[in-house]
Amino acid sequence: MFPTPIQKRPRAAQITYQTLVPLALILWLLPLLAVGLFSIRPLSDFTNGNYWGMPSSFEFFTNYGKVFFESDMPRYLLNSLLITVPTVIGAVALSCMTGFALGIYRFRGNLLIFFMFIAGNFVPFQILMVPVRDLTVNMGLYDTKIGLVLFHIAFQTGFCTLFMRNFIRALPYELIEAARVEGIAEWRIFWYIVLPLMRPAIAALAVLIFTFIWNDYFWAVVLTQGPDAQPVTAGITSFNSQFVAQYHLMSAGSIVAALPPVIMFFAMQKHFIAGLTLGAVK
Amino acid sequence: MTAATDPTIPRSWMQRNRMTITPLLFLAPGVLFFAVYVIIPIFQSFYISTFEWNGLGELSEQGEYVGFRNYQELMTDRAFEISLWNNVKWLALYLLAIPAGLFIALFLNQTIMGIRIYKSLFFFPFVISQVVVGLVFSWFYLPREGLLNLVLGVFGAGPVNILGDPTLATYGIIAAGLWPQTAYCMILYLTGLNAVDPEQVEAARLDGAKGWKMLWYVIIPQLKPATFIAFVVTIIGALRSFDLISIMTNGGPFGSTRVLSFYMFEKALSEYGFRMGYGSAIAVVLFLIMLVFIGYFLWSMYRDEKGARR
Repeated sequence: MFPTPIQKRPRAAQITYQTLVPLALILWLLPLLAVGLFSIRPLSDFTNGNYWGMPSSFEFFTNYGKVFFESDMPRYLLNSLLITVPTVIGAVALSCMTGFALGIYRFRGNLLIFFMFIAGNFVPFQILMVPVRDLTVNMGLYDTKIGLVLFHIAFQTGFCTLFMRNFIRALPYELIEAARVEGIAEWRIFWYIVLPLMRPAIAALAVLIFTFIWNDYFWAVVLTQGPDAQPVTAGITSFNSQFVAQYHLMSAGSIVAALPPVIMFFAMQKHFIAGLTLGAVK
Repeated sequence: MTAATDPTIPRSWMQRNRMTITPLLFLAPGVLFFAVYVIIPIFQSFYISTFEWNGLGELSEQGEYVGFRNYQELMTDRAFEISLWNNVKWLALYLLAIPAGLFIALFLNQTIMGIRIYKSLFFFPFVISQVVVGLVFSWFYLPREGLLNLVLGVFGAGPVNILGDPTLATYGIIAAGLWPQTAYCMILYLTGLNAVDPEQVEAARLDGAKGWKMLWYVIIPQLKPATFIAFVVTIIGALRSFDLISIMTNGGPFGSTRVLSFYMFEKALSEYGFRMGYGSAIAVVLFLIMLVFIGYFLWSMYRDEKGARR
């Protein structure tokens, strides 16, 4: 193990380390802690210039209550959910199939198609912006959730295919050969043999895509504009102009907007990290 | 022998060609979606960049073909030059996330009580959307209310208005971007460190290697896959930077924090006008820069594929 385990070092070093870690963490999360503190302050603290002292009163419920009951925030949150969940389902479903095709079969152009997915996944969004916006407008889907969902599914299929194909490659190939010898139809091999083995990959991808899509901002501004379809990342700017300079409410609003992926991460940590670090170890 | 290979049962065309047809059918929906929304639009953008078009109506009716004039205009566009230069700054400084991530990973690669929770808490800036990171940092930098100036004040420095100063603003935004990116690189390296071969480390220790030498000659070579991925995601992240700029400064002050991705959006979609052709030309330039890196990434992956062919 590197560096040398702290247990093998002198007692003094151990104690230093154990105090250093929490201190470093506080320093690391300082900007976030500041926002957390802002979000429970009353308005009067800001007008009195009491930014960093003890809050003069604890206004957690008032501030967060305002976010939920006196703004469009719940609508934006719902939109985000209605955009994110279908995208996750769509992208994972499509990539299970493409990953299966590219991972199991040998045919001409296999690697070419695979590399097309990878390359497309790396391009800057801006090169797609004008044509995709035009396409969405022409389909009558501008400023709708479905327009955003369709694009997200298509784009995420690139990354998901990379992920799924490599995962399927690592499965024992003998299993599929054995099934073929038994005369099982190809689609049954997919449905009854490969798909059940892909469960961990599906879980990992689902959490990752959930986070990516929930946090998307660029496409939200390009393809939507009002509270009818805008997700929370775009909605937060209108929220902030509603409560301009009221830092306690803006802070509470951003925390609420950021929370769902955070909860997702802590609940599904193992899958999340497994997905993110796929390929970091050989 | 089983049914599938039994010659007495007549086999249909479908069955005989199933090894070709099955992958085609499985690929069709994914490839179709990807082609319509990703591959074809890349070429369309190249095409649109040779037009002067305000985005209304059909390109063929409302657009005016101008050849390479949009690109010629870019050459003398001061704002484009600033954006390009800022992109270089982003690329160079964003790469700091890699050594910083490695440093934190080495710091946290211990087994003390609660270390798992520390690791996840160090990681979690990455999970927050860039929009919120941008807001959090723009409040952090506020000249009067911001925590940064409070800390600087303790040391007798400041106050500075980072986002209001054209010479500092870009660096302030990059620092905000480094926060989640470092967390990402950290988690990649933590996973990599987990897989470092303990026998090699022990052998090197017996040979008297320690500290920096051990890190440089024994550990880092073994972390190569993690470094590769960290490099890929950091380069892409740097060139995609849009959210933070849009939230923190909206390109200002005086256009000093624009990058190509943001300038393109401004030209094509914001109140500065709907110049789709000119915007597409900027996007093409950004794409070509990215293509250099994409080419390199694909080439590296292709080499690995060749090695792992079965």
